[in-house]
Amino acid sequence: MKRLANWRLVSLFAMLALALSGCSGKPFVSALRPAGEVADIQYDLMKLSTYIMVGVIIIVMVIFIIVFFRFRRKDDRIPKQVEGSHTLEIIWTVIPILLLLILAVPTVSATFKLADVKEMDKKDSDALVIKVRSHLYWWDFEYEKQKIVTSQDLVVPTDEKVYFDLKSLDVKHSFWIPAVGGKLDTNTDNINKFWLVFDDKKANEAGNLFYGKCAELCGPSHALMDFKVKAISRDQFDAWVSNMKAVKEPEKAQTDVAAQGQEIFNKSCIGCHAVTPDVKPEAARVAPNLTNFGERARVAGILEHNKEELKNWIKNPETYKPGNEMTGKYPDMTDEQLDALAEYLMGLKVQD
Amino acid sequence: MSTYAQKKGFGATVWDYLTTVDHKKIAILYLIAGGLFFLIGGLEAVFIRIQLAVPNNDFVSAGAFNEIITMHGTTMIFLAAMPLLFAFMNAVMPLQIGARDVAFPFVNALGFWLFFFGGIFLNLSWFLGGAPDAGWTSYASLAIHSKGHGVDFYVLGLQISGFGTLMGGINFLVTIINMRAPGMTYMRMPLFTWSTFVASAMILFAFPPLTVGLTLMMFDRLFGANFFEVAMGGNTIIWEHLFWVFGHPEVYILILPAFGIFSEIFSTFSRKRLFGYSSMVFATVLIGFLGFMVWAHHMFTTGLGPVANAIFAVATMAIGVPTGIKIFNWLFTMWGGSVKFTTPMYYAFGFIPSFVCGGVTGVMVATAAADYQYHDTYFVVAHFHYVIVGGVVLALLAGTHYWWPKMFGTMLNETLGKITFWLFFIGFHLTFFIQHFLGLWGMPRRVFTFLPGQGFDAANMVSSVGAAFMSAGVILLLLNIVVTQVKNVKVGNDPWEDGRTLEWAIPSPPPFYNFKQLPLVRGLDALWLEKMEGKKGMTPAEPLGDIHMPNASFIPFMISLGLFIAAFGAMYHVNDKPWAIPVLILGLAVTFGSMLVRSLKDDHGFHIHKEELQDEKGAEA
Repeated sequence: MKRLANWRLVSLFAMLALALSGCSGKPFVSALRPAGEVADIQYDLMKLSTYIMVGVIIIVMVIFIIVFFRFRRKDDRIPKQVEGSHTLEIIWTVIPILLLLILAVPTVSATFKLADVKEMDKKDSDALVIKVRSHLYWWDFEYEKQKIVTSQDLVVPTDEKVYFDLKSLDVKHSFWIPAVGGKLDTNTDNINKFWLVFDDKKANEAGNLFYGKCAELCGPSHALMDFKVKAISRDQFDAWVSNMKAVKEPEKAQTDVAAQGQEIFNKSCIGCHAVTPDVKPEAARVAPNLTNFGERARVAGILEHNKEELKNWIKNPETYKPGNEMTGKYPDMTDEQLDALAEYLMGLKVQD
Repeated sequence: MSTYAQKKGFGATVWDYLTTVDHKKIAILYLIAGGLFFLIGGLEAVFIRIQLAVPNNDFVSAGAFNEIITMHGTTMIFLAAMPLLFAFMNAVMPLQIGARDVAFPFVNALGFWLFFFGGIFLNLSWFLGGAPDAGWTSYASLAIHSKGHGVDFYVLGLQISGFGTLMGGINFLVTIINMRAPGMTYMRMPLFTWSTFVASAMILFAFPPLTVGLTLMMFDRLFGANFFEVAMGGNTIIWEHLFWVFGHPEVYILILPAFGIFSEIFSTFSRKRLFGYSSMVFATVLIGFLGFMVWAHHMFTTGLGPVANAIFAVATMAIGVPTGIKIFNWLFTMWGGSVKFTTPMYYAFGFIPSFVCGGVTGVMVATAAADYQYHDTYFVVAHFHYVIVGGVVLALLAGTHYWWPKMFGTMLNETLGKITFWLFFIGFHLTFFIQHFLGLWGMPRRVFTFLPGQGFDAANMVSSVGAAFMSAGVILLLLNIVVTQVKNVKVGNDPWEDGRTLEWAIPSPPPFYNFKQLPLVRGLDALWLEKMEGKKGMTPAEPLGDIHMPNASFIPFMISLGLFIAAFGAMYHVNDKPWAIPVLILGLAVTFGSMLVRSLKDDHGFHIHKEELQDEKGAEA
């Protein structure tokens, strides 16, 4: 009998856990599945404010329900005209003030903590700084000290503070990796700075790939301005950096078809798209860097990463990302040319 | 008066409304125009929810979606919520203070026509090459980048309608300061009048920054200036400040009159005076004041730095205190009362839990560090719809049922009204509650679609289903209005029978001069006091005498029409159309010419003579 009760209790908890996980979204994109120090701090604040606020709601609802049932009009009596009550009014002024103070103190302290970027401004700091430059519907990432550039797929080491330096080169966007921490705008006027930590264990749970989003309305394809974040261990990250740095010349095509593709690329695409990771001036980086395109998670940040979708994209980018800056900048391609180009681009890999 | 009106033909009625300066007719104009824009904005909302019902939907294109969300926000705030509140302020506030009209009837008409032409101008964008698409906030970098004339329509349309709003606000302020009946001290004013007073003062201070912002943007877009062009030394963040220095108080300009409406309803249908009247007044003023101190919480992620963010976070939380005071005062108004569940009371009751939810999420988004997660996501969409729909729109619907008899002399059907409430209320929570979670799960706002596989699908569908319920509610309300007006069963002075304030002391609808003799006010809830002493109506404060009334005028219409024409000239001047500058000049000539006529022509109004008043029945003070 007792065992049965236990079993019931366990299944009850299991169901509760299931319901809660259903309510907390996907681990790679949800702010309710915090995967790093910043998201943790924010999640704790969310919980604290929710507890306080649910308390307030309960008190209001209790009075509300009593009023609803007890004071319905039953006869034609005229109720006593009460002016008010000083005691009650003081109570419901002072208690909310106290509750807000309980919330305000950690809020202020967290606000300062999250804005602390002294480390990245130090002269000889070895902190990892990534310069994020946002463009109409794509993201550019420059690793300042490593002297490499990549686009669309941000690669970061786990379990350490990563500092970001944010700016936009056309209209205002906002840089957001929901599972890892809140957003910060990329302004056109100035550089914004903040930091994030990518938790190793949580990154594993999320398949080492977090979703990043643009959170500020920036034009027709605002909804499609996604990027991906590969969070890997420090060793893997260092290996990736040295692999990237090893690319001094554009990667040679491996097959004949790919060589054909490279030719087309060099004729029609290379004016905007670089295939080496070296750091050119910001204004010269007008389109995503494609050095490691073959290793990316999505085509154009949104489409499945395969040759078919890549060809569809090159054929008519306007259908997939309306208002993008790529449409019409290159000649129409035949299916054969597209095949060759896709073969070449998918072969652009830096890791063996 | 009523027999006189019935004899008029359709054309004469239209002309009457085009030229009227009577606050009650202007109220009806505001109600019709605001209602029309509310339906347009609602239709846009339905399109949004259809598009977002399933992932990767292509019901509307990406560009069209941005136009729809921009116009939904702009229309609902500037062209629906504000004018509908102005409708009730116009219809009720002068009656509540025992006045015969507002202080400046001519300016009142001008305010309406400016709003109306501004709204029409903005909506014509749909037919003239595309609506604005930079969001209702129209952040500068995107607005300057936006092609076509959409944003120009936004800038010019809002500028014109903004003039109207500003004039309305000043007019209400002067009216309340100068035109209260004998004995109507400030601390005897009904709460709706108080909230009108505070909201008008906020309009006075909040609209100028918007005007400045719009002017700068107009010069950037139409006349080659570079205020927001970073490459030329401009700055886009200043637009965010100007917009939100206006935009945040705007929220309180909307919600305070809503609070006022509910205060009247709670008190009336509980048959009790408002609990803690003086603290309610104090809270209203305090909210109005604090409303100007918190704008930067809309910019927590702009990068203002931790000092600014922390200060604005704490200031924002502080607003929770006076708002909480109000909630408890309403609850304790009903406590010990005799609560009658009429349709307005349904809305008022539904408002409490809805608005408390909106309020507590307000404190949550005020928590700056956590707001970095909420900001620009569906969590914020859910929050402000809980405040604006759960607060303002419920108040507008409540006010419509509550004051309909006073405005039109007929009573909306109570059964239909209650069904409308349930449809709307259930639909509202179904649509917006789940959106809190969508935001927390990582869905940004203002997205024209979302990709599958992110856990957003089911919740978006639920939200869209809710929108269908809300639409059904609105359609039922329209049906109710038609049925009621067709039946046309007239009601007396005090159809709810529990009326406490002065508007219920005179016929429904009131005669055009409102009070035959100005009433003597002896305390808060003036009519209630008299009723409790067994009197039938108010004691007059003056002997019966001639009443001075203003003449109707077509000039307000012409002044507004001129600006409407001029706006087209200013806009198409960019395309080097040869007719653009002449049209601009013509429009301005119409406006300033009309103003000149108004200045040069003496208009002394007319008098209603004592003898005529004696013949009128039922219009005793």
